[in-house]
Amino acid sequence: MEFFSYLINGLGLGSVYAIIALGYTMVYGIAKMLNFAHGDVIMVGAYVVFFALSSFNLPLIPGVLLSVAVCTVLGITIERLAYKPLRQASSLSVLITAIGVSYFLQNAAQLLWSSSTKVFPAVFPSGSLELGSLSISYLTLITIATCVLVMVCLTLFINRTKTGRAMRACSEDKGASTLMGINVNRIISITFAIGSGLAAIASVLLCAAYPSVYPTLGAMPGIKAFTAAVFGGIGSIPGAFLGGLLLGVIEIFAKAYISTQLSDAIVFAVLIIVLLIKPSGLLGRRIREKV
Amino acid sequence: MLKKLLDRTHRGRTVSYIMVVVLYLIIEIMIHSGNLSSLFTSLLVPVCCYIVAAIGLNLNVGVSGELNLGQAGFMSVGAFTAVSISGYLAASVSNGPVRLIIAIIAGVMISAVFGLLIGIPVLKLEGDYLAIVTLAFGQIIKSIITNMYLGFDGNGFQFSFVDNNTKLAPGGKMLLNGPMGATGTAKISTFTAGVILILVSLIIVYHLMYSRSGRAIMAARDNRIAAESVGIDISRTKMLAFVVSASLAGAAGALYGLNYSTLVPAKFDFNTSILILVYVVLGGLGNMTGTIIATIILVLLPELLRSMQDYRMLIYAVVLILIMLLTNNENMKTRLRRLKNRFSGRGRKEGEVS
Repeated sequence: MEFFSYLINGLGLGSVYAIIALGYTMVYGIAKMLNFAHGDVIMVGAYVVFFALSSFNLPLIPGVLLSVAVCTVLGITIERLAYKPLRQASSLSVLITAIGVSYFLQNAAQLLWSSSTKVFPAVFPSGSLELGSLSISYLTLITIATCVLVMVCLTLFINRTKTGRAMRACSEDKGASTLMGINVNRIISITFAIGSGLAAIASVLLCAAYPSVYPTLGAMPGIKAFTAAVFGGIGSIPGAFLGGLLLGVIEIFAKAYISTQLSDAIVFAVLIIVLLIKPSGLLGRRIREKV
Repeated sequence: MLKKLLDRTHRGRTVSYIMVVVLYLIIEIMIHSGNLSSLFTSLLVPVCCYIVAAIGLNLNVGVSGELNLGQAGFMSVGAFTAVSISGYLAASVSNGPVRLIIAIIAGVMISAVFGLLIGIPVLKLEGDYLAIVTLAFGQIIKSIITNMYLGFDGNGFQFSFVDNNTKLAPGGKMLLNGPMGATGTAKISTFTAGVILILVSLIIVYHLMYSRSGRAIMAARDNRIAAESVGIDISRTKMLAFVVSASLAGAAGALYGLNYSTLVPAKFDFNTSILILVYVVLGGLGNMTGTIIATIILVLLPELLRSMQDYRMLIYAVVLILIMLLTNNENMKTRLRRLKNRFSGRGRKEGEVS
């Protein structure tokens, strides 16, 4: 029974990672860049929800929608100002720019809202669902449900809509997509918008579970989610989902059965082992090199 | 001799050696004439450490072409090895510089061993996957050192992991204290030692770069398949660059650790790795002189902006983004070139390729 409750908790944490990892993986799949500022978009989302709920007394849903809107605009702005001029530059320069953006967001947050930790209000009902001897908190259920919902919507969007098809085309071959009349810049903007919007949703779930808001809040979940995206095969959407869930479960199991202090080391060790066995992640495609 | 130092292949290295020595002399004169504020004096050794670590990383990222996001992990290994050795030898080797040399050599050796062990799995991967695995190793190293407890007393060493079970006899001393790191370290690092370390690492890296192995490393970077087809052992050359890079990071860490009386493992986190990577990229891939200049400027920048108080890190971030945009955007590059032409080449016509 204990095993199942750890499993459910792991899936709950993993759902948050999965939603964040979707942002990393989509941007990587289409713009071929590691967006290190993604974790800090989560932080901005968390602050927006915090102020919406505690200073403006908005109900939860409008608060989250506001945060999604702010993060979407932020994502598009970052892409326009910092990444778009570097479309032709080496991936390393883009990486450093992303790091610059990440520093910028963290320090701007520190200036605007001070570095002191703010306590995130309780937004979800606190009880738990009793199934025999197994008890699952509502928060975990809501988190898992949100993640599944996001995953289903995103899969439908990618596979059924014209924009989704254009996105898949861009990730295959940007040059050919341009020739087919796809506006690649617009598709990249949309990708950033979706990823950042998802970051806002993730921020609410994250802060509901760990209720403190501070300027470097996004750093560690960002690195973990990035790991999850690589774990599942970066660029692959089902891969991010699977990677996120597995990472969450492994982390909770490592904390429960092995050692709390070493859980991070164990998570990263599992990542290394997976990559050594499958060098492009669980669901990633191996691109063969042609001579 | 002079001619050899100034010919094409040697000019770059001669410039960087001269620059380091001249800077060292200027700073020494400023220290002795009392013109250097205590703030800058306290930054001298850390700057040297970052330069050595960045030179090492440049060998890995610039010359060998493999993105490494875990350089701070190797610094951490070097630092805590050196601090432990120095703490253990404090009674038997009382001469500071001798103990510093022993500690740095120990730090380098242990980091090199770690580099070799980590390099075996890491170098099987390519591109971004390789980068993420170095990141993972950096995190693992940090989390292991955070959980290590090491002490010694009359009966020898005591070691425990995760929970502190060491029971030292009276007179014993804790060398590593889990998340608290190392405390009560004798500060034996000096600026002169730092500059010597920079010169030694420059000599090592330049000799490697312009040797047969160095050319093999660059060939493997530029075209893996072509290099393989002329008989270059790719994994051996990549490993060479990786291990030398890790060793230099270990030396940098050793010097850094022995410059402070307390050192926590959390100091060498992902942000430190990124910071060193920023020095390397801004200085120019494969360009050691550039790396040195970029490191000095970027370490000093937040201090020079101290008058801006709260805004300084924000400005730092903006400067970082702007430099990347200015140096990498084609549009901006052309504009810069035109501006340069207008000011310098009066005889040169517009649109001429310089």
